[in-house]
Amino acid sequence: MKKTIITVVGKDTVGIIARVCTYLADNGVNILDISQTIVQDYFNMMMIVDVAKSSKSHGDMADELKELGEEIGVIIKCQREEIFSKMHRI
Amino acid sequence: MLNIFEVNETNKMIEKENLDVRTITLGISLLDCIDADLAACNEKIYNKITTVAKDLVKTGKEIEKDFGIPIVNKRISVTPIALVGGAACKTSDDFVTIAKTLDRAATDVGVNLIGGYSALVSKGMTHADELLIHSIPKALAETDRVCSSVNLGSTRTGINMDGVRLMGEIIKETAEFTRDRESVSCMKLVVFCNAPDDNPFMAGAFHGVTEADAIINVGVSGPGVVKTALEKVRGENFEVLCETIKKTAFKVTRVGQLVAQEASRRLQIPFGIVDLSLAPTPAVGDSVADILCEIGLEYAGAPGTTAALALLNDQVKKGGVMASSYVGGLSGAFIPVSEDQGMIDAVQAGALTLEKLEAMTCVCSVGLDMLAVPGDTKATTISGIIADEMAIGMVNQKTTAVRIIPVIGKGVGEKVEFGGLFGYAPIMPVNPYSCDAFIGRGGRIPAPIHSFKN
Repeated sequence: MKKTIITVVGKDTVGIIARVCTYLADNGVNILDISQTIVQDYFNMMMIVDVAKSSKSHGDMADELKELGEEIGVIIKCQREEIFSKMHRI
Repeated sequence: MLNIFEVNETNKMIEKENLDVRTITLGISLLDCIDADLAACNEKIYNKITTVAKDLVKTGKEIEKDFGIPIVNKRISVTPIALVGGAACKTSDDFVTIAKTLDRAATDVGVNLIGGYSALVSKGMTHADELLIHSIPKALAETDRVCSSVNLGSTRTGINMDGVRLMGEIIKETAEFTRDRESVSCMKLVVFCNAPDDNPFMAGAFHGVTEADAIINVGVSGPGVVKTALEKVRGENFEVLCETIKKTAFKVTRVGQLVAQEASRRLQIPFGIVDLSLAPTPAVGDSVADILCEIGLEYAGAPGTTAALALLNDQVKKGGVMASSYVGGLSGAFIPVSEDQGMIDAVQAGALTLEKLEAMTCVCSVGLDMLAVPGDTKATTISGIIADEMAIGMVNQKTTAVRIIPVIGKGVGEKVEFGGLFGYAPIMPVNPYSCDAFIGRGGRIPAPIHSFKN
């Protein structure tokens, strides 16, 4: 398993989760966990995904998700899990 | 499993509070480039640097993308050139050719600075050390990326006062060489007491002779993160304050440790150390002085500043040490004047003087840093300032440094723009009384007694 964290932040609109999930499914990325909240109309989502079976490199996926975000009007970031786990777990 | 709050906290640090990895510095030993023939020596140096460091910048960028953390600088430090060039260089101009080779190699591998145009003269100077020191003004004026440092003293050896006197003159000469560019070369020249072998920060980075062939050292930074964390504990007591700094320093350092390990693994070069420093930049919200204000001071420099800084420095180390497997370098809070908006504001408000800065350097890394003084400051006065700072380092068994810029043609009250990460600085007044006779004595100050341990 190779975990990556995807975060989506921006103005709420129809179909954000659908479009992100479609992209992930098309690229063989398995979703392990999703948390999502809306604070003052702002959509805030975190996904923990497994990219072990994806053929895409991390760099390409990050670029493509960023572009997808720009299309929808939200900011999508894609980061390896370690930056978070190292910081928050001893 | 990670939750959304933890992920958001990390990303907020990166996006809003300027958390970044300040530098990945690749230390390269050039001892195997020593050659009696100058051209051969230069060629070996160029080849070694461009071979060992060829993937440094690319790998740094990949790590940035994978983890979503900015790595601001990728840099190189090399063995002190006085040692490497000693056999080949017969004149100061010979040393300048090596500086140019370093500059060319740094440009070709894409790093922004290369450190190690250095001499270690804490007790005495060899002929090569003297040649190198005399070449510094020309070497820095004729290169863009080369940084120079000179170690003038240590707790074990005392202070080389001949070196201190010479460096006062060299700093003035360096300023003169770039007088048409606000004496910028002085930013790339620092003098040390107790210089560490593994410091990743410029301008003082060099690859010590006790180090392996190549090594990765990482400097993290995050004054803004500490400041923001402290905003949440306003009015609380010192216990809460210290715990908050410690926990924040832990988190920041873990990022540095992760990046250092990744860089080491990908470049297949051993991991050296993480430098636990709070290094400010001129960007708003990236200031150590702002942390001092958040602790409870109106301006950096107000009474209480030294105590607040001592506390901050100690807690950063306490939090950081547990977060990293190897800690080294300078490790502490930096208080450069021109690179920290809060420090600039304090100087302009009249709250912070050179003397107060000197007191602050007793309790933090690294010393009088990025300090602009009038261009007509005498060389002996600069030597006197250096000697004071070296004495603080020697007696307190800590690293101290001086990076002072006598801005030729400018006086107190004027401002000097250095640009980019180096910021701008108001020119500070210097004590006008003379120390000529003191500096003129020559020789060494003996090493101090620390206790009768035996």
